[in-house]
Amino acid sequence: MTEPKPAPVPDFGDDSEAGRKLAIICSKGSLDMAYPALVLGNAALGEGVEVHLFFTFWGFDIITKKRMHNLKFTPVGNTAAHVPQPVAALPGITAVATSMMKKQIADIGVPAVGEFLDQIVASGGHLWACRMSADMMKLRMEDLYDAVEGIINASDFIEMTAGAQLLFI
Amino acid sequence: MPVATINGSEVQVDDEGFLANPDQWNEELAEALASQIGINLTAEHWKAVRFLRDDFKQTGETPTIRRISAGTGIDIKTLFVLFPKKPAKKMAYIAGLPKPRGCV
Repeated sequence: MTEPKPAPVPDFGDDSEAGRKLAIICSKGSLDMAYPALVLGNAALGEGVEVHLFFTFWGFDIITKKRMHNLKFTPVGNTAAHVPQPVAALPGITAVATSMMKKQIADIGVPAVGEFLDQIVASGGHLWACRMSADMMKLRMEDLYDAVEGIINASDFIEMTAGAQLLFI
Repeated sequence: MPVATINGSEVQVDDEGFLANPDQWNEELAEALASQIGINLTAEHWKAVRFLRDDFKQTGETPTIRRISAGTGIDIKTLFVLFPKKPAKKMAYIAGLPKPRGCV
């Protein structure tokens, strides 16, 4: 019988110098397309990764004060929702599908969009809005979720995310 | 699970060094685990660690950072200061619990 050795100490990455960086481009504004970015961004922050979320085109709804709390899910055109397409297009189905999905998300303890953004910002995440989308939709900083750091153009984004891993959603 | 020593006591650990048996945890061990990863436990650290222990006892699962924040009243920003970079995993390590299973 050999003497037990001292336990290994987990590597929490504290010593890795060049920090890992993740940039997520959020281009879709439906409820089901907002969550992948929020979940992955949040998870990366919990792993000590620097995270930048860039909202563009339809993804603008996720950070537009007027819209962010009312993102919707529709089974139209989505065969994985397993609803016959003529039924999916009936009036009221989107509302039903949306409230069902919101309930499923809440049931597993995952926050609603606004609260999730609060958590991401509290964890050190950075939120950016796309200049071209803002111009097209005539939206200004005051129309956007308060923690959005700025409306930036595509070049700014490319410059800012040098060396980052990139996700386009 | 290999048996190893932490601060002189023999405990079961997994390959990474997390306690494999939460029942072998005690407060002295927590101090030793924390100091191994460069954390000196203050009253606020303890508030979080004790919540993890109590919650695990009740639910059988390591709470996520969101649940820890809600349960202790310590905001998430502060948890990132107390347990830098990887707060959820560091808290689990110090509390002698498995890493959180949930995504959020």
